[in-house]
Amino acid sequence: MKSVVAEKELSGVLLSARRSARLRAFKEHIVSYLFIAPYFSVYLFFVVLAVGWAIYLSFTYYNMLQTPTWVGLENYIRLFTDDPVFLLSLKNTFYFSIITGPLGFFLSLFLAWLIDETRSLRKAFTFAFYIPSMTSAVALSVVWLYVFAADKYGFLNYFLAKWGIITQPIIWLRDTRTTLLCIMVVSLWMSMGVGFLVFTAALQGVPKELKESGMIDGANKLQQFIYITIPILKPALLFGAVMATVNSFQIFDLAQILAGFPSVLYSAHTIVAHLYDYAFIRFEMGYAAAVSVLLFLITMIISRVMMRLLSSRDA
Amino acid sequence: MKRLIPRDLTPSSAIIFVSLIVGSVLSILPILYMASTAFKPLSEILVYPPRFFVRQPTLVNFTELNYVLGKTITPLSRYIFNSVVVSGGTVFVSIFIATLAGYSLAKRNFPGKNLIFLIIVSGLMFSPHVTLIPRYMILKRFALLDSYWALLLPWISGSYGVFLMKQFIEPVPDELLEAAKIDGASQWQIFRRVIVPLCKPAWCTLSIFLFMWSWNDYLSPIIFVKSDAMYTLPVIIDRVNSVVSVDRLGASAAGSFLITVPVVIIFLVFQKYVVETMAHSGLKG
Repeated sequence: MKSVVAEKELSGVLLSARRSARLRAFKEHIVSYLFIAPYFSVYLFFVVLAVGWAIYLSFTYYNMLQTPTWVGLENYIRLFTDDPVFLLSLKNTFYFSIITGPLGFFLSLFLAWLIDETRSLRKAFTFAFYIPSMTSAVALSVVWLYVFAADKYGFLNYFLAKWGIITQPIIWLRDTRTTLLCIMVVSLWMSMGVGFLVFTAALQGVPKELKESGMIDGANKLQQFIYITIPILKPALLFGAVMATVNSFQIFDLAQILAGFPSVLYSAHTIVAHLYDYAFIRFEMGYAAAVSVLLFLITMIISRVMMRLLSSRDA
Repeated sequence: MKRLIPRDLTPSSAIIFVSLIVGSVLSILPILYMASTAFKPLSEILVYPPRFFVRQPTLVNFTELNYVLGKTITPLSRYIFNSVVVSGGTVFVSIFIATLAGYSLAKRNFPGKNLIFLIIVSGLMFSPHVTLIPRYMILKRFALLDSYWALLLPWISGSYGVFLMKQFIEPVPDELLEAAKIDGASQWQIFRRVIVPLCKPAWCTLSIFLFMWSWNDYLSPIIFVKSDAMYTLPVIIDRVNSVVSVDRLGASAAGSFLITVPVVIIFLVFQKYVVETMAHSGLKG
């Protein structure tokens, strides 16, 4: 008799213990969610919902005055078959990104490495290379418009003529052959940004002993960099690569300031320029949303590819 | 005081050093030109070939800038105020809620944690311009279009803050948190007394980036804001630049200088924490 009662009491105690443990865990979880809630609610609204809304809109015709009407894939089809300006913007953006993305990335890495190998003036060098990225395209347009000015007094034209390289001033920002080039140069100049700082910091974290052991084994500085330093830097490299990629595909305000909007024969028309044109000038929201979705897919896919290439999960 | 020229100077390190000097000078040159032009009297601006240093510095360009803008209803000070509110607000609010969220993601276990973090990090992998149109509509729906919220909320929803804070808080030893718990601290107290004091380096780093990005942002104001009084500095500077004629070059440069200086100052003040932040986050590997 006693044992049955005792057993019941014991299981009762165990049950309530388990229950209060679950209640405690539940309360803990609520607190966790509460901590995340402020940020995540803004994020859900302004990013997740936004992307979803863009996807929905891309299948509609919407001019802000009437309710959206469903048009299926018509926007997408039109983009690729009936919109040479869009195709040109794709070409311009890819051309721009393929060059400035990797180039900016490697330049940042290379400069960060050079600074790391130097012993004096490191902070000064870092500051000198980083400061262009702190400026806005708008602020420096004064200078760059002057550098690329089309008359013979423009900075570039003046010196190229003085050194006998050209005989006639080049209209840098209005000649379809050179507009993208100018934008690329300025963009590269400004590209030593967050990625560069991350590389600088990451390089400082590489243990000296590893590098020295490489030296002892007879490796020169470059080999040391490639075989020892870079594998350690993988997380930083991934971060820098994704940043460089995403940034290079969204080029717009710099292009607009330098080459005008619209640029001559759309030679500097980028994907975002097209988006802006159709969304906020023509108010064809559905069509512009389709452009957004394509931009989303492009940047997402390339980022995933970077992750595949540079993931340090195997390390 | 380190020697400028080290004792064991090798040819390769000399080449590296010289290349760095040349590179730095090239890098700074445009900015130097802009900064010096801001202080040049008209006579010096038009000198040919261009000078990089001012002979007779003057503040006349800044008053001229104010005058140029004074022709409209809104004074320059209003635009400066707007930029300060937007950037300051972005920095403070972002850091606050990012630290809360980062702490939760780094140190607490709860169902859906990995999924939530994955969703947040995906925000880093595509261009935010994708969301321009929907954000415009959301803001319009809630009648927020011509307000500071229109400029703040998009920045606050960025993922860098949470990502950085989570990476930064993660290596904090769990023993510290448990010790506080044993001492009877509530969740909020643990957060405030243990985590927050440790976050200063990450906050400094985030301040630099968030301030810089929101301060220089040109696209958001022209899309989300309609009335003149709500514009921020980049829009105004662009306006001044676009009507640039020879006699306005100085005002143009003055405006550019004005918009660049705060960012540089904030960087110089907080930059030493950047390395410390990266060292403690997972980014260095």
